[in-house]
Amino acid sequence: MEQQLKELQTEALAKVEAAEDLKQLNDIRVAYVGKKGPITEVLKGMGKLSAEERPKMGALANEVRAAVASAIEAKQSALQQKAIQEQLEKETIDVTLPGRPVRTGNAHPLTKVVEEIEDLFISMGYSIAEGPEVETDYYNFEALNLPKGHPARDMQDSFYITEDILLRTHTSPVQARTMEKHEGRGPVKIICPGKVYRRDNDDATHSHQFTQIEGLAVDENISMGDLKGTLEVFAKKLFGEDREIRLRPSFFPFTEPSVEVDVSCMCGGKGCRICKETGWIEILGAGMVHPNVLEMAGFDSKKYTGFAFGMGPDRIAMLKYGIDDIRHFYTNDVRFLKQFSEHE
Amino acid sequence: MFVSYKWLSEYVDLDGMPSKELAEKITRSGIEVEGVDMLGAGIKGVVIGHVLEKEQHPNADKLNVCQVDIGEEEPVQIVCGAPNVDKGQKVAVAKVGAVLPGNFKIKKAKLRGEASNGMICSLQELGIESKLVAKEYSEGIFVFPNDVTPGEDALLQLNLDDEVLELGLTPNRSDCLSMIGVAYEVAAILDKEVKLPEIEVEEAAERTEDWIKVSIEAKEDNPIYIARIVKDVKIGPSPLWMQARLMAEGIRPHNNVVDITNYILLEYGQPLHAFDYDRLGSKEIVVRRAQDGEQFVTLDNAERTLSSEHLLITNGKEGVALAGVMGGANSEVEADTTRVLIESAYFNGQRVRQASKDHGLRSEASARFEKGVDPNRLQAAADRAAQLMAQYAGGQVLAGSVVAGEIDLEPKVVSVTLEKLNRVLGTNLQAAEVEDIFRRLKFEVKTDNEEFIVTVPTRRGDITIAEDLVEEVARLYGYDHLPTTVPVGATYPGGLTDYQEKRRTVRRFLEGAGFNQAITYTLTSEKKSQEYALESREPIKLAMPMSEEHAYLRLSIIPQLLGVVSYNNARQIDSLALYEVGSVFLKESGAELPTEEEHLAGAITGLWEENLWQGENKAADFFVAKGVLEGLFAKLGLLERVAFKKAEIAGMHPGRTAAIELDGQEIGFVGQVHPQQAKDLDIKETYLFELKLSPLFTAETEAVTYEPIPRFPSITRDIALVVDTNVEAGKLEEIIKEAGGKLLKDVRVFDLYEGEHIEAGKKSIAFSLKYFDPEKTLTDEEVVKVHDGVLEALKEKAGAELRS
Repeated sequence: MEQQLKELQTEALAKVEAAEDLKQLNDIRVAYVGKKGPITEVLKGMGKLSAEERPKMGALANEVRAAVASAIEAKQSALQQKAIQEQLEKETIDVTLPGRPVRTGNAHPLTKVVEEIEDLFISMGYSIAEGPEVETDYYNFEALNLPKGHPARDMQDSFYITEDILLRTHTSPVQARTMEKHEGRGPVKIICPGKVYRRDNDDATHSHQFTQIEGLAVDENISMGDLKGTLEVFAKKLFGEDREIRLRPSFFPFTEPSVEVDVSCMCGGKGCRICKETGWIEILGAGMVHPNVLEMAGFDSKKYTGFAFGMGPDRIAMLKYGIDDIRHFYTNDVRFLKQFSEHE
Repeated sequence: MFVSYKWLSEYVDLDGMPSKELAEKITRSGIEVEGVDMLGAGIKGVVIGHVLEKEQHPNADKLNVCQVDIGEEEPVQIVCGAPNVDKGQKVAVAKVGAVLPGNFKIKKAKLRGEASNGMICSLQELGIESKLVAKEYSEGIFVFPNDVTPGEDALLQLNLDDEVLELGLTPNRSDCLSMIGVAYEVAAILDKEVKLPEIEVEEAAERTEDWIKVSIEAKEDNPIYIARIVKDVKIGPSPLWMQARLMAEGIRPHNNVVDITNYILLEYGQPLHAFDYDRLGSKEIVVRRAQDGEQFVTLDNAERTLSSEHLLITNGKEGVALAGVMGGANSEVEADTTRVLIESAYFNGQRVRQASKDHGLRSEASARFEKGVDPNRLQAAADRAAQLMAQYAGGQVLAGSVVAGEIDLEPKVVSVTLEKLNRVLGTNLQAAEVEDIFRRLKFEVKTDNEEFIVTVPTRRGDITIAEDLVEEVARLYGYDHLPTTVPVGATYPGGLTDYQEKRRTVRRFLEGAGFNQAITYTLTSEKKSQEYALESREPIKLAMPMSEEHAYLRLSIIPQLLGVVSYNNARQIDSLALYEVGSVFLKESGAELPTEEEHLAGAITGLWEENLWQGENKAADFFVAKGVLEGLFAKLGLLERVAFKKAEIAGMHPGRTAAIELDGQEIGFVGQVHPQQAKDLDIKETYLFELKLSPLFTAETEAVTYEPIPRFPSITRDIALVVDTNVEAGKLEEIIKEAGGKLLKDVRVFDLYEGEHIEAGKKSIAFSLKYFDPEKTLTDEEVVKVHDGVLEALKEKAGAELRS
């Protein structure tokens, strides 16, 4: 009987060793280790054995069973390992092939500039005010201290629809309208972005339609120093911390005093083509709101002062991205539009 | 305004300050110097020559061989092609070795066999613009007056060693449209005195008033008119220095009398007109409005039709000058003129502006009248002109002036307090500092309890209110010295309105979905303005469009986007997804302004998904466009309230277009551009949408409230229905939802089939229905009961049979 058991063990182990897959292995398990297997069969002859030999044989049978079971287990784990290995090999891909594209689109560069400016001023407590693109002569000119026949109207040659209705030449009428709504009570802190129109022939630097963004702050005790400080924050945020601004006196009918504001050029003041060798780039016009404008909008100019500024996102985007032709903004060549992703 | 450095330094001591530095100082205190032009830059070796002999070139008809004394031991031989060269002339000679503008070097040469050692120069060859060269020399060389010496530096004689500052004047600073005005400005900047020209007129015994009478009928247009008369003048060239100054400042020399009026215009900013007294046709001047349709020939020999909006200087009968704009041909000063009437007047700016605009005649004179001249300089300008005509045209000045009308000569008094100055500027200036600035400006100032009472000279007509004084102080104090602060005081949170937030949401959604934002023109052609309009209205037209392409305000964005598609398709860019957010303009009868409606429009063409190596390309189609919009509506929390309904819209594919409704109101459409339209525009198959944004942004949406995560399983039933092909999926979905009631959680189409396995005229459409009860686990019986009801309703209302 001992002999039989040992032979069974050898035979089973050889089969386990030879098993090629999990199914064969399972068959071996059923065949040898199961309740109906040959080991059980052999043990059925135990009755013939002496009382001394019975436990010995019982123990031996258990040993054989355990040895076979453990061999099966080991083999099983090896086969599983192999199967995974094979699967992995089969599934291996070329990771350098391109990924599945996800479509992305971009904001228009002008929108990017406008939103950047909007967000900066929102963080300083400003709201965004909008108004009509078709305006009355009153809001576009007269309420801004540009009565009919004022020579400075020539600076803004306009598209009229009727004698009193025109396409706005700047977003300043939104300032006048917003101030009116405040009924003489400050503070007013707004940013007015939008499309504006002037009679210009379209060329590399002129466009009959362009974008403007203006700001207005009216309150008691707003000073020119506040204007300077605010614009300095703006210039550093938009163009870089190392940039400086300078104010040059100028003239706009709706502000007094009026200034033009230059930002130091990226050449660091050495002079380059962009700044025409001056070290400075003109970026906006500004000033203290003219008392006539305050009064017309219902504010007491003795009590309130305010500053206003205005700039052209078209020009700013051109400077910022080095764009050489303003018409690109309105042609919408996709090869142009795709260049302005969100990475900065 | 061009400013000659040398001329300016006659009025203000510039201490030899380099012109660039002066320019920077002027710019920083208020007047932008747009450029500094070095006259004679790049010119070397040009001297005065005396033409001793002139002979015809033996081998060339148009050339002359000249012997020219250039101040050296021997005369030099120069071959000259100028038609006006002649023996005895004093001319500019570029010697051998000289350099002319453009780095043109003069070398010894032989011209058709004759030696030529230098070149006799025209003014153009010395860098002067053709339009500034006096007519008599415009086709040839310039001839100097006889008092110059051979060998002298010709550049000095022509004032070409000067520098010219170009001032970019803002409309308020018309005071700097004169040399004296600029002198005051520069004197204030540099803290110097101003030296005014000394006027001494030697007068004859005859009195002007015996020669001319002046009356003004249009007193508002012409409050004052001063006339002086100079007799016995001899017309000839003006002195070389005067011609040189005029040219440096951009005015072409004519003759001594005309040049003197122009010189005074530059010096005082007061435009003068010189009439030939003998050609006036009467002994009186009457200033009146022109009659409508009145004809008048200006001195450029153009016949002009005037209107009652124009002011006319007449001889009592007919016009002799269009006031402030241009003189008449009938009374022009010519070579034989001997008696000159000088007009120095104040004309109303708007009147002059009207005439110069109507006749396209903008001149140095009209520009100054339009902005207002200094009334206190009228007499001085007339006197100074008379003085110079006596000096340089040999004339005799009649005694006195004839002055018609009157004008307020009193300077304005404007006050500002120290407190206001400091409050507006944010500074802490002291009274003495402010007073000093007014002193530099030559403004008389009295200080009373920290209030500055300033007498502003009439030359500074731009200063009328306290704020103007604040600006004067600020600009001369220097903006660099202002403090840098930010507003303090009550603060309110800034931010975007709900509408603005949602607009950004829409933009970000579309960009995330792969659309690029386009911005197109609002102005378009008549045809495009109305195509694809969501609401048909009469388009709004500009009164004076610059072109037919940009004459109307758009009623729809789509035509402009189609233009962009066409542009890109023409450049081999076949796959595009673009959107635009912008206004369209609806004319409202009765309202002053049109309604501006903000729209969202989009265009998709070509491949929507592109994955070449895996071969999984997906072309844009109706459902791509619709899917984007559904995603957008879901983002705005409105998907359940939006319906797509088959619609026919001009320019769109009639079988592939849907109107979009929000809560039953039409707000836009989506669909394929009509194949014929696509062909006409030469674009590929393109899908479009356009929506009104306001209804989407103003629709009340429910606040988000938490809904418990389902704890019980749901049961899904799939059904395949056979229906007539014209039965819409949307209709079936509607029936299912209605019959499914509360337990039906979700319905989706998951298959659509038409073809050989289905009866003709029928289609199979499969839905997946999900039943769910948040309270408990659903039993089969409960589901069967509802589901059978659904099937029954489908059969009854849409004739739908279950597909076997």
